[in-house]
Amino acid sequence: MRQSNIGWLFLAPATLILFVVGFVPFIYILYVGFFDWNTNAIDPTLRWAGLQNYRSLVFDTTFLNSLARTLGFAFFVVVSELLSGYVLARALMADRLWGRQFFRTIHTLPIVVAPIAVGATWRLLCVPGFGIVPYYVKLWFGIDYNISTNAYHAFATAIIMDLWHWTPFVTLSLMAGLTALPKEPLEQAQIDGGNKLQIFWYVIVPMLKPVLLTTVFIRLMDALRSVDEIWMLTKGGPAEATRFIGLHIWINVFPKTDYGYGAAMSLLTLYVTIVLSWLLFVAMTGRKGGAQ
Amino acid sequence: MRRSGIASFVLWICLTILTLLPVWWMLIVSMRPRVKLYSKSFLIDDLYWDNFLAVLNSSSFLQYLWNSLIVATSNAALVCALGLLAAFGLSRYKISGGDNVFFWLITNRMAPPAVFLLPLFLLFTKWFVFGDFMLFDTKIGLILLYCVFNLPFAIWLLKGMLDGIPLELDEAARVDGATTGQVLSNVILPLARPGLAVTFILTWIFAWNEYLFAATLTSSADARTVTTALAEYVSVTGTNWGEMAAMAFLTTLPALIVLGFVQKHIVTGLTFGALKG
Repeated sequence: MRQSNIGWLFLAPATLILFVVGFVPFIYILYVGFFDWNTNAIDPTLRWAGLQNYRSLVFDTTFLNSLARTLGFAFFVVVSELLSGYVLARALMADRLWGRQFFRTIHTLPIVVAPIAVGATWRLLCVPGFGIVPYYVKLWFGIDYNISTNAYHAFATAIIMDLWHWTPFVTLSLMAGLTALPKEPLEQAQIDGGNKLQIFWYVIVPMLKPVLLTTVFIRLMDALRSVDEIWMLTKGGPAEATRFIGLHIWINVFPKTDYGYGAAMSLLTLYVTIVLSWLLFVAMTGRKGGAQ
Repeated sequence: MRRSGIASFVLWICLTILTLLPVWWMLIVSMRPRVKLYSKSFLIDDLYWDNFLAVLNSSSFLQYLWNSLIVATSNAALVCALGLLAAFGLSRYKISGGDNVFFWLITNRMAPPAVFLLPLFLLFTKWFVFGDFMLFDTKIGLILLYCVFNLPFAIWLLKGMLDGIPLELDEAARVDGATTGQVLSNVILPLARPGLAVTFILTWIFAWNEYLFAATLTSSADARTVTTALAEYVSVTGTNWGEMAAMAFLTTLPALIVLGFVQKHIVTGLTFGALKG
C-alpha cells in the first residue's frame, strides 16, 4: 500500500464523471423543486415557490395512486419471485445433472435481453386479436382476456412478464448462495431432530441472509423503477392500470414542461426509494435469526 | 440418475420451455408473411426473410443500429479504462476516505433512471452547452451518461479482479525499477485481461439495452439508438407484427450471441460480488 495522494489520481477521472452525471443532477433537481418553472408558461422564468410543489404533490391523487400501484407491484413480484426462486433453486440443485450448464445458460437469457425487447415480445404474445395468449386463454378457460380494456388483466400480465424476466435471476443467485452454504450446520440440525420447517427457518434462513438481502434489494430497486417493459406492453393503460411511478414521471413531466413540479415529483420518488431500501436493510439485518 | 435427479431434470425442461417460449414466438412471428401472421401454430412454417430485409433496408434503422454500436462500444471502452484506473487506485493505494468514496461510486448504479431524467434533460439542454454544441441529442452525451450505471459496475468487478492479483507481483516489478505506469501496463493489464473482457461485454450489453435515457435525451437520427427505434416503431406503425418482431429480434441478437460467455459472470456481476455464480 502506498501513499494516498497518488491513489486519488487514479480515482479522479471516474469520480469526476460520476460527479457530473450522478451528483450534479441530484443537486440540480433539489434546487428546481423549490421553484415554479414552466418553460411554456407566460412567465417562463424560475420563480421561488418554497414548498408549494410538494404541498400540491401530497394532494395529487394520480401521483399517489401511481406510487401505491408501484409499491404493490414491487411487493408482489419480489415476494413471489423470492418464493418461487427458492423452491426452484432447491428443486434444481441435483448434482451431476446432465446438461446443467446448458440449462443455466438458457435461464440467463431473460436477464440479458433488452427490457424494451422483452416488452415488445410480450406485446406480441398478449396483444388482443393477434397474440397466442388471448387465443389459448379463450380456448382453454373461456375467459375474454384483453390487456387493452381490462385493468386486472393488464396488471396481472405486467406481473407475469416481470416474473418471466427476473425469476431466473433469483433462482440462479439463490442456487449460488445455497451451494456455498457449509454442510455441517445442516447435518447437525438433522441429527438434533429438527423438522424441515425448523431447519429452514432456524438454520438455512440465517445462513442465507446476506444472499437473500442482496437479491431482494436488487430486485426491489429494479421493480420500483421498471418502465421500459410496461411502456411497450400497455403504455401504462388501460386508463392508469399499469402506470407505474417511473412511467408516470416520464409521460407527465416532459409534455407538460412543468419542471418545478416534475422535480418535486422525481425527488419524492427518490426519497421513497431510499427509505424503502433503508427499511429493508434494517428489517433484514436487525431481526434476530432464531438460532442466534 | 437418482429419482430426484430425474424430477429435477423434468423441471429444468419445463422451465426451459417457459423461458424460451416468448423468444421463440418472437422468432416465429418475424419469419411469417403477412397472410400467415394470424396462424396460432408454434412452428416455423417457412423461411421467410422479408421482414428482416424490410427492417434492414430502412435507412433510419441502420442509422440507429450504427448509433447503438458506437454508443455501446465507446461507453464500454471508456468505462473499462476509467474503471481499471479507479480499481487500481482503490486496490493498490491507501486512500483516506477510500471506503466512503467507493460506497458512493457504487450507489450511483442504484439510482432510478426516471428520477434523473428531468434534471439530466435540463442540464443537457440548458447548462452543458458550449457555443453551438450541446450535449442533448449527441452520441457523446449518451456515452458519458451511461457511465452513471456502467462505471460503478465496472469499478466493482475490476476491483474484485485486481484484489485477486498478488501485491508481490507489483512489488517485484517495482524492485526491478518499473514505474507505476509500467506496473499497470506490464503487470496488471495482462493479468486483468479476462476480467476486462467480461466487464467490457457486460457493460456493452447494458449500454445496448438502455432505453429511457436514450429516448429522453436524443431527438434525431444523429443519436437515437436501436431500443428507441423499436419503441417508436411500436407506437407509430402499430400492427405490422412481422417487422416489429424482426426488429425486436435484431435488438435481442447481441445478447443471444454473448449469452454463453456471459452466463458464468452475470449473477456475480449483478449481485455486486455477493455471490459467485
